[in-house]
Amino acid sequence: METQTVLEARNIIKNLGGNTVLRGVSIALNKGDIKVLIGPSGSGKSTLLQCLNLLHIPEGGSLLLDNKPVNFKNKSELYQLRQKVGMIFQEFNLFDHLSAKENVSISLRKVKKQGRKEAAKRAEIELQRVGLDDKMNLYPAQLSGGQKQRVSIARALAMDPEVLLLDEPTSALDPELISEVLVVIRDLAKNGMTMLMATHQISFSAALAHEFVFMEDGIITEHGSPKELLAENATSRTKDFCAKIAELTGEQA
Amino acid sequence: MSDFIPFITAQVIPGLNSGLIVSIKLIVPSAFLGLIIGVLSGTFRVYAPFPIRKISDAYVAIFRGTPLVVQIYFWYFALPYTSIGEFRIVMSAETCAIVGFSLCSGAYHSEYIRGGLLSIKSGQLLAGQALGMNPITAIRNIVLPQAFRNAFSGCSNEIIYLIKYSSIASIITINDITGMGRGIAKESWRNVETYLVVGIYYLALVTLANVILYRIEKKMEIPGFEKEQA
Repeated sequence: METQTVLEARNIIKNLGGNTVLRGVSIALNKGDIKVLIGPSGSGKSTLLQCLNLLHIPEGGSLLLDNKPVNFKNKSELYQLRQKVGMIFQEFNLFDHLSAKENVSISLRKVKKQGRKEAAKRAEIELQRVGLDDKMNLYPAQLSGGQKQRVSIARALAMDPEVLLLDEPTSALDPELISEVLVVIRDLAKNGMTMLMATHQISFSAALAHEFVFMEDGIITEHGSPKELLAENATSRTKDFCAKIAELTGEQA
Repeated sequence: MSDFIPFITAQVIPGLNSGLIVSIKLIVPSAFLGLIIGVLSGTFRVYAPFPIRKISDAYVAIFRGTPLVVQIYFWYFALPYTSIGEFRIVMSAETCAIVGFSLCSGAYHSEYIRGGLLSIKSGQLLAGQALGMNPITAIRNIVLPQAFRNAFSGCSNEIIYLIKYSSIASIITINDITGMGRGIAKESWRNVETYLVVGIYYLALVTLANVILYRIEKKMEIPGFEKEQA
């Protein structure tokens, strides 16, 4: 079976504030892939995700979208890539002055140049998809964290992205709100969305992910299926790390 | 003081009413122009590339750092004597006043807008860009509407100030409320009554402006941007 590579990063190098945060990271996402980034904080997971939709421009390496290299210096190529590579932030970053519906429709109107009605309609569909039919006209200040994160997922989906990058989407949530976001992510997975997610939700992502990617000190040190890396007799760094998280949260890895 | 009322109704009020129209013709365009200049220069000072940012900083430094009277004198008395080659600008007193007020008011608005912009979390801009917006689209549609709400009470205050410092127009021959009042007081030698009524005119203008600005503020209010929070 032929697999189609959607997004590929080759040997990405990124310096931030005098430190080399990414020291040559390569990762490829095929259509329908679900990969999970794990690793200690400061290992470069967020930076990698931000490099993948070019919110950070890497100092070295290359990025290929649908097998075509992206020219970092060409602004319109940057904007094009960002439309196709959706980003979910840990802190949601909903537009505070816009209602849930407007949060979803604004980029359709301003980036995709859709009409007001068409954009509003699409926004309603996406908000229904994440179970927020009754919250469309509420503002971010009136929504719970879980609802905010679901709006932000709807906002990203409305752009019809080819890949979704999720940067610890549940880390800023109260424990009882985490599951409502995870349910939405599971639905996306079921529908074949290509995703790369940084998370500490080990057991959830082990059930979902095709591959665990372990990062430490700006490089990928291990990767493989969660089954391999977390097997009884495995001696992976990933397993140690997951065991530590499990100890802290009481979660069974 | 026995003929206080007849003097007021026969001389002061008709004179000041014609001055009032002149004043409004100065205040309204200056308020709008000042706000536009302020929003632009405030935004430039936060987001524009280096040279434009520095020019905007210099603009604010000059117009906030010199007395408005001196600025108005410059536009009216000095500018006509300044020429670049054959090119020379001569403006009417009214135009000088509007230019002077707009630029001065813009410099102050710029400070409020800049503060408003700096108070917006960087994630807002980031999220806009992550959706494929270019920086200008993201600033105009995401950051500025929020910053403007946060800055609005400061900007309202500046518009109230503008109403009062518009009286400076009277020093360059303009017959605004203050100019007319001074004429009436000189002719009649009744300073107390005249300037009392002049004061009441400004008080009425400011009160009216307050009502309008408050309504605008209420209209823009959305959850998360209530006045208490700003």
